Amino acid sequence: MPDTYFYRYDRYDRALLSERIAQFRDQVRRRLAGELTEEQFKPLRLTNGLYLQLHAYMLRIAIPYGTLSSRQLRKLAEIARKYDRGYGHFTTRQNLQLNWIKLEDAPDAVAALAEVDMHSIQTSGNVIRNVTADHFAGAAIDEIEDPRIWCEIVRQWSTLHPEFSFLPRKFKIAITGSPNDRAAVRVHDIGLRLWCNERRKVGFEVIVGGGLGRTPMIGKTLREFLPKDELLAYLEATLRVYNRYGRRDNLYKSRIKILVHEIGVEKMREDVEAEYAEMKDGALKLPAETIEAIARQFAPPPLPHRPAAVAEVEALKLSEPNFALWLKSNVASHRMAGYRIVTASLKPAGAPPGDASAAQMEGVADIADSYSQGEIRVSHEQNLVLPHVAVEDLPAVWRALGQLGFAEANLGKITDIIACPGLDYCALANARSIPVAQRLSRHFAEIARQHDIGDLKIKISGCINACGHHHVGHIGILGVDKNGVELYQLSLGGDVDFGKTALGTILGPAVAADKVVEAVDSLVATYLENRGEGERFVDTFRRIGLQPFKERVYAAV
Amino acid sequence: MPLFRETGVVDDVWTKLADDQTVPADGPVLVSLTRWRGARAALLARRGPIGVALANSDAVESLAGDVSRLDLVALHFPKFSDGRAYSQARLLRGRMGYGGELRATGSVLRDQLPFMLRCGFDAFESDQPGFADALAGARTLFSVVYQPAEDGRTPVSFLRLSSPVIRGRWPAGPEGESSSEVTNYNY
Repeated sequence: MPDTYFYRYDRYDRALLSERIAQFRDQVRRRLAGELTEEQFKPLRLTNGLYLQLHAYMLRIAIPYGTLSSRQLRKLAEIARKYDRGYGHFTTRQNLQLNWIKLEDAPDAVAALAEVDMHSIQTSGNVIRNVTADHFAGAAIDEIEDPRIWCEIVRQWSTLHPEFSFLPRKFKIAITGSPNDRAAVRVHDIGLRLWCNERRKVGFEVIVGGGLGRTPMIGKTLREFLPKDELLAYLEATLRVYNRYGRRDNLYKSRIKILVHEIGVEKMREDVEAEYAEMKDGALKLPAETIEAIARQFAPPPLPHRPAAVAEVEALKLSEPNFALWLKSNVASHRMAGYRIVTASLKPAGAPPGDASAAQMEGVADIADSYSQGEIRVSHEQNLVLPHVAVEDLPAVWRALGQLGFAEANLGKITDIIACPGLDYCALANARSIPVAQRLSRHFAEIARQHDIGDLKIKISGCINACGHHHVGHIGILGVDKNGVELYQLSLGGDVDFGKTALGTILGPAVAADKVVEAVDSLVATYLENRGEGERFVDTFRRIGLQPFKERVYAAV
Repeated sequence: MPLFRETGVVDDVWTKLADDQTVPADGPVLVSLTRWRGARAALLARRGPIGVALANSDAVESLAGDVSRLDLVALHFPKFSDGRAYSQARLLRGRMGYGGELRATGSVLRDQLPFMLRCGFDAFESDQPGFADALAGARTLFSVVYQPAEDGRTPVSFLRLSSPVIRGRWPAGPEGESSSEVTNYNY
């Protein structure tokens, strides 16, 4: 089995994990014995990733920076089989959720995770959550620096942080190392973008106060350029300002975006900079040796030279139209000629987006071992990525993924839908999300037609908390409840890719559940009739505006 | 409310004064920040130690310059989930150099203790059963810490350095040097 090419735990990391599990085991014991009230237990279980859903406990497992080894993925499959119903759900925050965990099993499940250096710490609760990154990190052709080095540094600093374990609200950080932002850094509490300034120094643009949820906001730049070794001092300063001054009187106004909105980004900057001035060059300044030691662990795998042009691939393109389409949509450039980044679609027609069975997880792990240096990534669009596949191996990988049902050539297309768990699982939801996604993906299943429609992102949330990111969908679908009936509100023109972050505009009155497919069909038809050369759905929308879409949809439904 | 220090339950010798109560001529008294601000000179002129109780929305910075005159600062947790006092504690200890008793009051539960100790608290009012035992074990619950705080413990990132002499900032000692506890950790 190949070695891993990302951070490896040492005895310190493992010691902390085992002590944390012992603590959690004791907390669960005290809860089951009635020594802790549910109110007292809640923040303890949440910061161990244990959520109480509609029907059962859910365990949210952190996949730091979305990177997994094949060994870890196999362990996740094993845990899903042993402690759950044999499947898991990959989320928009690069986590894995198991939906049917028993409270008394939870300590054993997290102990099993620790066997492969994984945990569920701080995947829920009012704390700094699992840090997300570009899922192409370390393989992308446009990358300045691997963002996962910094995610790992932040992961360690934020783990059991004594000052920030009872924040006003949850806190999400995302990091990208590429100019083409694939980590949605402008819709996070803090987004960090590595860039190279005119003096050829690499540092961070620090973006604060973005987020979706009830009050969607695009993050604002707090600092244009932060020296890399000052990252933790600057984060600690920002978090301290938030911890002290963030609102705690109203759950829905407690995120840092509301603080930034209320006091203004200038005042926020002034406060953070004043705090940072006190900490600068202090104990949080990262020694070069520390950065280098972590960076070394993310050294790219030694990829042998492989041919960039392969006759078999060219031949298969001609004989198998689906392979040709798959190459177009699901295969991206790699920093090395002769290699590609392959995305396995977890959105086959009619399936719940992002779900994988234990057998499918094991299948992907096997493919990663044979063809991708034993490495797998989870994308925030709920797909799995094989980051280092040789061009020569593409036919074999395509066939193997096809066996698992994960070779749909639909990445970025209309059936590559993001959907929250919705009313099928979630206690907060107003409406179901998964069945809507399933109906849409069945309706638009034909791959050639999807490629004709082109890039079109549908994002579905079952309530205004917006876990399905509907605000930034080219077509956003929001489930609402009207007198006990599930209705769906459509919005158009949201975007989150490549720095063009925009929030969608509401189309009009919500439509009934059985009219959603028809409505989306009308939107697509309007686009196809009006599109100019090379225009994507969202480009046409920006050019012609809401009205033509609106007329067509409401005439039809 | 029972008062705990790491040594166990202790007597609370402090008189908590409401703002309209007369200040006794001697003995330790704990006053609000409002009173401290209004009657600072008079309070300092009397015999006996002074403590100030802060609300978690009070600016700790207003005690700057006075930290050496105070023997107690009480920080309040109106709900255990309201974590503002953790920042107040770190500022008092780390930035302002306060060395007296730092007491947690209000909703103080045993599962918060590892965090509170790291932020510099050393006295706790709590009526939760099992609190004394939890406090006795709280400092050693985790042999590893990832970040510098106010308890003098050396973060893992520094222990990992090839030359663990660290800018003279991290005292080595039974608390600061935790690596001995994990060297036999088997994996």
